[in-house]
Amino acid sequence: MELFEYGFMQRALLAALFTGLAAPAVGTYLVQRRMALMGDGIGHVAVTGVALGLLTGTSPTWTAVAVAVLGAVLIEVIRERGHTNGDVALALLFYGGLAGGVLLTGLGGQSAARLQQYLFGAITTTSVTDVFITMGLAAVVIGCCLGLAPQLFAVAHDQEFARVAGISVRAYNLLVAVLAAVSVTVAMRTVGLLLVSALMVVPVATSQQLTRSFRTTLLAAMALGTAASVGGLVISAFASERATVAPGPSIVLLSLAGFVATWPIGIWLRRRVRLQAPFLAVDPPIHEQSDDEHGHDHSHEHGPRCGHPAVEHGDHVDYIHDGHRHAPHGGHYDEH
Amino acid sequence: MPLTGHSTPIELSGGAVAIAGRPILRGIDLRVETGDFVALMGANGSGKSTLVRALTGLLPLTAGSLRLYGEPLDHFEAWHRIGFVPQRAGATSGVPASVWEVVAAGRLTRRRLLRPLTRADRAAISDAIEVVGLTDKVRDGVSQLSGGQQQRTLIARALAGEPDLFFLDEPTAGVDLPNQVALTEALRQLKERGATIVLVAHELGPLRTLVGRAVVMRDGRIAYDGPALSDQDVHEAAFAAQHAHHHPHQSEDHPGRHDHAPQVVSPLERR
Repeated sequence: MELFEYGFMQRALLAALFTGLAAPAVGTYLVQRRMALMGDGIGHVAVTGVALGLLTGTSPTWTAVAVAVLGAVLIEVIRERGHTNGDVALALLFYGGLAGGVLLTGLGGQSAARLQQYLFGAITTTSVTDVFITMGLAAVVIGCCLGLAPQLFAVAHDQEFARVAGISVRAYNLLVAVLAAVSVTVAMRTVGLLLVSALMVVPVATSQQLTRSFRTTLLAAMALGTAASVGGLVISAFASERATVAPGPSIVLLSLAGFVATWPIGIWLRRRVRLQAPFLAVDPPIHEQSDDEHGHDHSHEHGPRCGHPAVEHGDHVDYIHDGHRHAPHGGHYDEH
Repeated sequence: MPLTGHSTPIELSGGAVAIAGRPILRGIDLRVETGDFVALMGANGSGKSTLVRALTGLLPLTAGSLRLYGEPLDHFEAWHRIGFVPQRAGATSGVPASVWEVVAAGRLTRRRLLRPLTRADRAAISDAIEVVGLTDKVRDGVSQLSGGQQQRTLIARALAGEPDLFFLDEPTAGVDLPNQVALTEALRQLKERGATIVLVAHELGPLRTLVGRAVVMRDGRIAYDGPALSDQDVHEAAFAAQHAHHHPHQSEDHPGRHDHAPQVVSPLERR
């Protein structure tokens, strides 16, 4: 436990906590817009920002924020203007960002190892200033995502409706893009630019297996993100005694493990809901009494406890029975 | 009404709309009075949805002038008086959302930034849900609802802002008969409350009893404006662009959707 007494570890834990809260908060709105990969795109563009900082000797964090915000706004503009070829334009931007970053790092005479700190995270090298910047930016992201939740939800859910409701859709779209860019750079030191999108998307994918309202999805994703990010960091710190374990991959893998654990439950829940959906309330064309020839007998009476799924059908329920729909009718069952 | 003379909900004169540089609507004059129940009808591609999108400010006019409640569109700010039900395949998005949450989004027109919901807001939201008959589904996810129930959710969303003027774009397309009846009942209540309603419909179905005025579009112009017509009259050769009889179940994915601006993928390809 003495690991937690080190200053660098305490700083790392703080950074991980705030990153874990902020990234899934923005991620929920990105997933809602079906733009789960936007975080990835911004991450690639931010590589150029980091390299620019390394090349010019300024703080890579701030150049990354600036370039990522520019890239996010550009992505948003392309998305707004473009129709079918929007994703191709985005791809061009991603590759440009990554290639530019690697090229600039080489030009600056920096080693690949220096860039790798930003690509895959190097949370244990975080300075005190870095931690304060991370906490401040993350607090702004969380504040916007929760405080403006009604507006952001409405815009992401239905842009046309939001426009006619008098909401300035473009301003909120840009806000989401900027928030995404800021949280990418916030998460840069923790999980790294190439894996940051996972922390934005995977907790959301996990929580929506089990939720049916937006509010619970958002809050559960933030809780899951925090658990994954703090847990992953602790795992990597303990494992580092034996091998080189970067925090980024362990955070992402822990997050994915959460998804793998909830996925089957989600499938089961959805299947159950589908099976219980009411049948169309139409009277059967003919009155057909169920006979016992199709391989099962009615040794018991259908009821709430008989084990056969009861599905609503107009004013009564049908019991699902070996592919048949049996409706109680007087002393017998009808085929429905 | 203190603003008599300036409170006409819709005044459009000489309206024209172009999509991607191609003139679609030309010379549209339309005046809708308070309490009117107008059905915009016409064949696919006749421009009826485009007209609604222009009236709600989603598409800019290339000519003419549009006044909503006496205000020119550019200066119009009373968006809480407008309720809009867009033409959509459903009410779902990438993340689960409950019926209550979707309907509550409609209340934003009357809410201030960063303020919690007031008692009046909550009352309006549950009232809207009740009018469309989804009270027992409030906490359900919208993705679990049938298409017709999702459409009713979208109508409740428009209702939640307590607007005076409603635009509904194909509310009955791809909706089964029981849901069409439920929807008609909701619109009847609105009409009784004195709302002004403009709806786009390819076929009226049970809504027929409510419609007081029909505006039939043909090739981007108004071909008929007068008392309500039967579906059959509308689709007679005089109005329809060609005799393209349309079966409601044929186009459930994109009911009535028509590309006014064709997609150009390979610009150099020869015609």
